[in-house]
Amino acid sequence: MKNKIKTFFLYFGLFLWGLLVLFPFYWMILTSVKSYSSYNAEYVPRFIATNPTLQNFVDAFTTVSLGRYFLNTLIFTVVTTGLMMVVVVMAAYAFARLEFRWKNILFALFLSLMMIPNELVVITNFVTITNLDLRNTYLGLILPSVTSVFYIYLLKENFEQIPEELYKAAKVDGTSDLKYLLKVMIPISAPTIVTITILKVIECWNSYVWPRLITDDEAYFLVSNGIQEIRENGFGRENIPAMMAAVVVISVPLVVLFLIFRKKIMEGVSTGGTKG
Amino acid sequence: MKKEMKAWIYLLPAILFLGIFMVYPLVDVLIYSFEEGYNFASQSFEGYGLFNYSYVLHDPYFLQALKNTFIIVIITVPVSTTLALFISLGLSKIKVLRNFFQTVYFLPYVTNTLAVGLVFMILFKKTAYSDGLVNMLIHLFGGPTVDFIDGPYAAKMFVMCFYTVCIVMPFKILILTSALASVNPMYYKAAKVDGTPSWRIFTKITLPMIAPMIFYLVITGFIGAFKAYSDEVALFGTDLNSAGMNTIVGYVYDMLYGDSGGYPSYAAAAALILFAIVFTITLINLMISKSGK
Repeated sequence: MKNKIKTFFLYFGLFLWGLLVLFPFYWMILTSVKSYSSYNAEYVPRFIATNPTLQNFVDAFTTVSLGRYFLNTLIFTVVTTGLMMVVVVMAAYAFARLEFRWKNILFALFLSLMMIPNELVVITNFVTITNLDLRNTYLGLILPSVTSVFYIYLLKENFEQIPEELYKAAKVDGTSDLKYLLKVMIPISAPTIVTITILKVIECWNSYVWPRLITDDEAYFLVSNGIQEIRENGFGRENIPAMMAAVVVISVPLVVLFLIFRKKIMEGVSTGGTKG
Repeated sequence: MKKEMKAWIYLLPAILFLGIFMVYPLVDVLIYSFEEGYNFASQSFEGYGLFNYSYVLHDPYFLQALKNTFIIVIITVPVSTTLALFISLGLSKIKVLRNFFQTVYFLPYVTNTLAVGLVFMILFKKTAYSDGLVNMLIHLFGGPTVDFIDGPYAAKMFVMCFYTVCIVMPFKILILTSALASVNPMYYKAAKVDGTPSWRIFTKITLPMIAPMIFYLVITGFIGAFKAYSDEVALFGTDLNSAGMNTIVGYVYDMLYGDSGGYPSYAAAAALILFAIVFTITLINLMISKSGK
C-alpha cells in the first residue's frame, strides 16, 4: 500500500514536469489559431480556441517575409553543414589513417582549441568579415562555422575503430586514399556521420548571435533574427496571434526532425552536446 | 614525401579555417584589448595601455551586466542541477512510460530558444488588454499582479532565472539519466540484501557513483550560465541595457555592434574579463572536485 502511494506521487511529479515542459508549446499553438479580435477580447486568457482560424498563418507569410527567412535559414543550414562535413571528414581521415610529421602535436593543438569560447573570437571575426565586405552575404554567414574541432575528434575516434587491415588490403589492391575514404570509411561510420549532421543542423537552425552581427539587411535574416524582427517591428506589437503563428512555423521543422531521429539525437547530445 | 603532402592536403581546409577564424582572432583580441582610442572607421589607434579595461570596469552598464550574470549563475546552476537530479532519479525508478517522459523532457533542447522565449514573454507579460496567464494564476491565489517583463527588477530576474532553468534542464536530465542507468545494479542488490534504507542507498551508493557526472554538469552549467545572452534577448528584446537585464556577453555584443556599437576594443576587454572569470571559476570547481575524492 505504501509502495502504491509512493508510485502514485512519483508518476504525479513526473507528469507535472512533463506538463510544464509541454505547456509553452500548447500555448504557442493555441494562440496561433485564435483570431486577432478574439485574442484581444480575452482579458482572462482562455485555454481553448472557440473559433479556430488559420488566418494568422497567412498573415505570417504575407505581412512579414517569413518565407524569405525560412529560405535563408535553409540555404545557410544546408551549405554550412555540407561544407563542414567535407572539412571534418578530411581532417579526421588524415589524423586517423595517414602518417605525417608532427601529427600528435598538431592533434593536441586542435584539441586545445576546444577550450576557446566563441565569445572571444567573435570580435575579430566580425571585423574580418566586415573588412572583407562580406556582411549581408551568405558567405559571411557561413564561413566562420564550417569547422568544428570537436566533430573532428569524434570522427577520428570512430575512424580508428575500423580495422587497419582493411586499409592495408585496399592499399595492396591499389585503391586510392580518396576512394577508400568514400567507399569504405564513410559507409562504415555512417551512424556517427548522421549524428554529427543532425546536431549541426540543429545548431545552424537555432543560431542567433553571429547572424545578428553580420546581417542588418532583412533579405539575409535567418529565422532567429526574423523572430526578433517580427517581435520588434513586424506585425505591430499587439498582433500576438500572428507572432505565434510565425513561431509555430519556425519550430515545426526541428520538432519533426527530433521525432524522427529521437534516439540518434539524444545519444549524440549525451556524448558530445554542451548546452546548459 | 609524397605521403606527407597528401596528409597536409587533407588537413588544409581545417587548418585554414581554424587559423583564420580561431587562432588569429585569439591573438588579435588580446591586441585589441590593449589598443587605446581605437577608431573603427579609420582602423587607427593612439597607443597601448590598460585604458580599455579600466573603462569597462567603470562602466555602469558593465557593472549591471556583471551583477545580472552573477545572479543568474548563482541561482540557476544549483537549482537546475538539483531539480534535474530529482527528476532523473524519478525516471530511473519507473519502467512504464519512461521513454515517453524522456522524450517529452528533451523536446525543448531542439527548439529555437528565441521562439520559446517569445511564448514565455507572452505568458508573463502584462498588457493593457490582458494581465497574461501567469498573473491570472497569481490573482487566482490572491496575490498581487506584477508585470514580469517591464516591471520591477526582482520580477524580471525571476522570469529570467525561471526561463534559464527550463532551457538547461533537458541536457542535465539526459546526462544524469544515462549516468544513473550506468550504475552497476549489483550494488543495489547487495544493499537490498543487507536491508539498507533507501536514503542510505542514495547517499552511499548512487551519489558517489554519479558524482563525476554531477561535477561535469556543474562545470558546464557555470560556463553556460556565465555566457547567457540569447535567452535574455528572447524575453526582453535586443535593447537589454535599457531593460536593465544585460549580461556580460550581451555587453560585449552591444559594444561591438548596434546603436551603441563600434568599440571593438571595449568589447575585447570585456570578453577577456569574462574569459578570466570563467577560467578562474572552472579551476576552482576542478580543485573542489579533486579534493572531494
